[in-house]
Amino acid sequence: MPSPATPRRDWLQACLGASAWTAWRGAWATWVGSAALGLATVPRAQAQGMVSGKLLSLRDMLDPIVAGARVVRSGVNIETLVLADNGLSVPFRVWVDSPMTAQDHVTDLWLLSQRNPVTVMAKMRMGPHLGRAEFSTRVRLAGGQQLVALARLSSGEFRYQVADLIVTEAGCVDGS
Amino acid sequence: MAQFRFDMPSQVRAGEVFKLRLLVQHPMETGYLLDVNNQRISRNVINDMRCTYLGQEVFRIEPSSGLSANPYVEFFLRATQTGEIAIDWVDDRGERGQVKRTLTVV
Repeated sequence: MPSPATPRRDWLQACLGASAWTAWRGAWATWVGSAALGLATVPRAQAQGMVSGKLLSLRDMLDPIVAGARVVRSGVNIETLVLADNGLSVPFRVWVDSPMTAQDHVTDLWLLSQRNPVTVMAKMRMGPHLGRAEFSTRVRLAGGQQLVALARLSSGEFRYQVADLIVTEAGCVDGS
Repeated sequence: MAQFRFDMPSQVRAGEVFKLRLLVQHPMETGYLLDVNNQRISRNVINDMRCTYLGQEVFRIEPSSGLSANPYVEFFLRATQTGEIAIDWVDDRGERGQVKRTLTVV
């Protein structure tokens, strides 16, 4: 599983010390500015309002949805890539072990991302008319991460499954 | 009007569970990208997609920027009786798309 990398500027800051860092950064900004690329002086990730590289914990992802209800890691299956060349379009199939009858069916299904700026990639309303609790799509991913498929059953219980993905190139062109 | 591709069987047996596949042509702009003038491109994603069968809503998807451009969805329905299947979607700019097919149950 990929661990969150220390940003290069943090590492440099730690190595150089605060004053040396400020001097180095000034010199760097001057050099970049002279390269006739005005936009390069603005940190791109910040310009785009993204919290790049931040990985949510499983609790952070599930808690806002389950709100204290019983949640079990079983009965949900995910089929996706282990290694994706890029995050622009990653096939993702999820199915829930459920008879999909009027008494026992899946009511809602969430696809959650650990790293994307928007955690809920898609929310589905399901019901017994579907006959099979299965959904396939293609997701957009901002880098290697864990994906969670969370299902709410008609009994009120939540079930989920986690899939680990390595994404070589992020689906957002901001270097995250 | 958005371009799309839709696939489902035209005829199924009663009680049979069949597959529906829909691919919509849509940029699904995330709202994080900049254009050539360094201006932020506003978010424009399909935020709601509903499937109705015999006039009743049977499946609903609320995508965010997490689905890829030209979103593809695949799901299943159980055939009960001959009738109309419609999928409607709307994006952040209020542009709508719809696909309508008649399912014949034999």
